[in-house]
Amino acid sequence: MKRIYLTAAALMAMLHSYAQSSLPDTGYTARKLKVEEVNLVSSYYHQDGNNAAVTGGIGSEKLTDISNSIDVKLIRHDRKNRKHSYLLDVGIDHYTSASSDMIDLKANSSASHADTRIYPSLGWTMENEAKGSTIGAGVSASKEFDYLSLGGNVMFAQKTKNRMGEFTAKLQVYLDQVSLVTPIELRASQTREHEHYPTASRNTFAGSFSYSQIINERLQVMFLADVVQQHGYLSLPFHRVYFTDGSVHQEQLPSNRFKLPIGFRGSYFIGDRFILRGYYRYYTDNWGVHAHTAELEVPVKISPFFSVSPFYRYYQQSAAKYFAGYQTHQAGEDYYTSNYDLSKFTSQFIGAGIHFTPPGGVFGIKQLNTLELRYGHYYRSTKMNANIISLNLKFK
Amino acid sequence: MKKFHNLKLSLCGISLSALALCSSCTTVKEYQKNRLNDAEMVLGNRKIEKTELNFQSYREGASGANAGKSGGGCGCN
Repeated sequence: MKRIYLTAAALMAMLHSYAQSSLPDTGYTARKLKVEEVNLVSSYYHQDGNNAAVTGGIGSEKLTDISNSIDVKLIRHDRKNRKHSYLLDVGIDHYTSASSDMIDLKANSSASHADTRIYPSLGWTMENEAKGSTIGAGVSASKEFDYLSLGGNVMFAQKTKNRMGEFTAKLQVYLDQVSLVTPIELRASQTREHEHYPTASRNTFAGSFSYSQIINERLQVMFLADVVQQHGYLSLPFHRVYFTDGSVHQEQLPSNRFKLPIGFRGSYFIGDRFILRGYYRYYTDNWGVHAHTAELEVPVKISPFFSVSPFYRYYQQSAAKYFAGYQTHQAGEDYYTSNYDLSKFTSQFIGAGIHFTPPGGVFGIKQLNTLELRYGHYYRSTKMNANIISLNLKFK
Repeated sequence: MKKFHNLKLSLCGISLSALALCSSCTTVKEYQKNRLNDAEMVLGNRKIEKTELNFQSYREGASGANAGKSGGGCGCN
């Protein structure tokens, strides 16, 4: 009997020492830089309508855009156990546009009918989990034939003491250069040579503020507000405006624009299968555009690894005070545009997405963590409509 | 005048919602966050919405307040 007790005590001691040795050492965190995730996002977008701004508010708005981007997120912990995240993102879009082709009205297919845009960006954040704070900075660029944009940003975030809320502030600056590509009939020399267009600057300064709050185990909300000031050449040089007297002019818009959007987001988990994701935004600016946006998405969990997400978005805006249609503007006006993106309209965007995250990886590929596919149809009351399909592959 | 009325209304609505929601906040422990941490519960924009947000900001007069980019780039054709 004594031998049994001794054997049991020895086994217990062995198990106890094994259990202790298998406990993770919480003081240690790998400091080596490692890949957290890689995302490949591809989209195909096609639109059509009959109010192209290049031809003064009439003419085809047909446009096709294929975009591909890759982002790589790397993380490491420093000696103070702060988490550093690095995000490298490179995107490339190629588009063909019927309206851009009409910069030269006589051309059947001019150089401007297609273009490629490249937009790399680099970001860094440092999260101090002990203090609940994060700081970050980033730079970005975007280049297409007639446009160059250079951007920079800094951010700060602080969680509340109980970690249920978080305030975030981000300051963004974009210093852009617009090449002044004029409609060909308005050029001093009506040739198609376009080696050296003059440029004009367009600068954007934006402050973005948000506060997110966990309400309970199923509900979280976020309040958002941006303050945006734009200064410089805010027109597009190849947009035509036809006056009532039949004369043609280049679009003229003020050199300042102040934008103030405020928004609210909420996510609510109903039962075990349904999620409600809601969004509302009110927008106003000093050009006279006031807009409301409301969106609802309802992801349905078919299984723990597969969900289907139908969504609907409604948008309405008032016209900018400088907008009027084809041959409506009068001589003597200081500012004028026939760009229907600044007209009064409503739009609806409806579609669905699927989200697939199987435990063994998508198609059995362990590193391929998630596959997402999303389709949407967009209809604007100016009779412009568009379709977009996007694919996201996430590797971990 | 109408725009300020709309802005005031929106601000009031959002502030009231904030007060009502925050007053009912409870502390949620890490192990109780499995639903909140679900990928579909994310409050920001998802990667797959990137091109959608781009085209909406070009085709509509309003932009911003979506935790995304607030300017730069063109693609306005």
